[in-house]
Amino acid sequence: MSQTFKPPRRRFLAAASGAAVAPLVGCGRAGPWRCFTPDEAETVIALSEQIIPADQDPGAREAGVIHYIDRHLAGHFRRFQPVYRRGLAELDRLSRRRFGRRFAQLNFDQQTRLLEGLSGELKAFFNLVIDHTMQGFYGDPRHGGNRDAVSWRMLGVPLVPVRGRQHYDLTGEPAQGGNS
Amino acid sequence: MKHVNAVVVGAGAGGGIVAKQLAEAGFSVVLLERGKWLTAYDCRKDDLRNQRTTVLGNGTGPDDERHPRVVVEADGQERILRASEPGYHNNAACVGGGTLTYGAMAWRFMEQDFRMRSTYGCPEGSTLEDWPISYQDLEPYYEKAEYEIGVSGDVGPDPFHAPRRKPLPMPPLSPPTREHEILKPAARRLGLHPFDIPMLRNSVPYNGRPACMRCRWCVGFVCEVNAKNGTQNTVIPKALATGACQLRTECVVKEIQTDSRGRATGVAYFDARDRLQVQTADLVVVCCGAIESARLLLNSKSRLFPNGIGNRYDWVGRNLQGHSYCGAVGLFEQITYDDIGPGASLAICDFNHGNSGLRGGAMLANEFIRLPYQFIGRMPPEVPRWGKAHKDFMRQWYRRSIMVQGPVQEMPVFDARVQADPKVKDYWGIPVARLSGGKHPHTLEICRHIADKAEAWLKEAGAIRTWKRVPGPGLSGGQHQAGTCRMGNDPKSSVVNRYCRVHDVENVYVVDASVHVTNGGFNPVLTIMAIAYWASAHMVKEWSGRRGRI
Repeated sequence: MSQTFKPPRRRFLAAASGAAVAPLVGCGRAGPWRCFTPDEAETVIALSEQIIPADQDPGAREAGVIHYIDRHLAGHFRRFQPVYRRGLAELDRLSRRRFGRRFAQLNFDQQTRLLEGLSGELKAFFNLVIDHTMQGFYGDPRHGGNRDAVSWRMLGVPLVPVRGRQHYDLTGEPAQGGNS
Repeated sequence: MKHVNAVVVGAGAGGGIVAKQLAEAGFSVVLLERGKWLTAYDCRKDDLRNQRTTVLGNGTGPDDERHPRVVVEADGQERILRASEPGYHNNAACVGGGTLTYGAMAWRFMEQDFRMRSTYGCPEGSTLEDWPISYQDLEPYYEKAEYEIGVSGDVGPDPFHAPRRKPLPMPPLSPPTREHEILKPAARRLGLHPFDIPMLRNSVPYNGRPACMRCRWCVGFVCEVNAKNGTQNTVIPKALATGACQLRTECVVKEIQTDSRGRATGVAYFDARDRLQVQTADLVVVCCGAIESARLLLNSKSRLFPNGIGNRYDWVGRNLQGHSYCGAVGLFEQITYDDIGPGASLAICDFNHGNSGLRGGAMLANEFIRLPYQFIGRMPPEVPRWGKAHKDFMRQWYRRSIMVQGPVQEMPVFDARVQADPKVKDYWGIPVARLSGGKHPHTLEICRHIADKAEAWLKEAGAIRTWKRVPGPGLSGGQHQAGTCRMGNDPKSSVVNRYCRVHDVENVYVVDASVHVTNGGFNPVLTIMAIAYWASAHMVKEWSGRRGRI
């Protein structure tokens, strides 16, 4: 059998032309998120905060990593939408079975314990969330996460070099150089 | 479409030079490129979408939607990969090819690198062989590349460098970085011979363009001030300025066409609007990189060439190799990060050859600046993947680490190969590249040895904790992909002759790293460029009187 790749853009355009009011790019969710229900978003935020917790420096929650994940699930990470949907549901099922509550409702240590014990498909899902959280936290703020360049401030990486033309769209005030 | 003297497929390191050399010699040339002509403005310094970090896609192409490849894993499992996925072995798809975004190390291979088999003997299970040409054959062309494209650095203190007639045209970048100042005396204390890496980057204004501004966004990125020298800002503009060369972008070549006498008549390609076009030419020069060049030859089937052009003896696509990068990372008490690019600056060639019991070796150098997200992949094995300990490590060590690594010269393997996939086709219906095979065990032995040397250097430099990085046994290729259309004198065990001409078709040439018999313990681009000048000189000599008459 021959498999030929067609650009999704064509499919999208074809689909969009048929719909009077298509949502901007997204997964058709109502509410503040492109791809998550409010409950799902809460779980993703809790997961990301487990991966990069707040201490003397902001963690993933404050850095807005969820915005990175949500934005790219509607774009480049489209193919992971079902993985997230299934993974988040599975995680809550496991959490209910073990603690009688949704994952986001557990306390921090309970969440940690649960994540440390993951296996199989759920562990693979968590590994994906780890990758995305690292990207959202340490990546350029223009991608939706790393709000106010919090991770770069933490690492002491100069934010906007004063040399060269600047084509960056860093949000917020350009900070002073690192803590060197 | 108007007949031309030469159609050059691929506007990268090799194709850009061939197009310019032929156009200047009075040939009419069409240069076809599957990508676009990108500028720094098109590829803003995107840390998650560039040539090196592709989690949000390839910064300089190809796109994910239209260019799949098939990879066969060690266990026989097949996977269809998007162009930005790990394992795809991407180089780039744009005018300039990899030279638009590379780190730009500009190495000449050493004399022994051209005669690996006679120097060391062939290990069992490898196709290790000597080149049919020597370093001396290429020396004038290395020099030509250094001066025309533009190289800075100072190889004077390197006692191992091959004989050369002229120094590099530009001095090293200055001032040196903190890493440089830490590593240099340490290497000397070990009796090694550190020196400033030759790089295709302006350290002073050169060729009408400015000097490097030392920013951290270098390897993987398009240079904002145009101080990094690739074919897109040197030879390709010159080729176009002759008026004899036409560049057509977003053109995907389907096949080389041949006549009943077994000579090439031109190429069939899909233009930017997906229309199938035929460009006839006296000469066809294939410069698509080791994976895509092999794929194009294999896809060019006809009655006379039932297995593809140049493939009478089943050598096209064989011996795919890149480099087995290995080295070590060290953590330091003091801050080593100074935000001065490009990062890599200091090298040693003490371990390229003469490693007891081992064939060849690698140059070792400090690594380019690791952007924050890239550092995630450079952590020691005992640091947990997530949680507070991970964050603590990032915070404490990001600016206190040095990485030393080098490209180990690989032992070629016949079964490390590119094929045209029998089932999967790309967006245009062309069979895609199918990659399979792995590294030779001896390559991994060399890697372990070189990683030891890198670690010892870091320790001497004062690293308080070090760990080694050695590659797995899987297929090598990537940006340094080479070997798939081997150069040789014997048509039964190679694809092209010493001038890069396909043995069984007199007017088809392959001019890129495909022709490398072995890939040196160095970044290969300057050798690709030198060979492009060498092969072009031959084409001009051979074809000037015969154009239009075949």
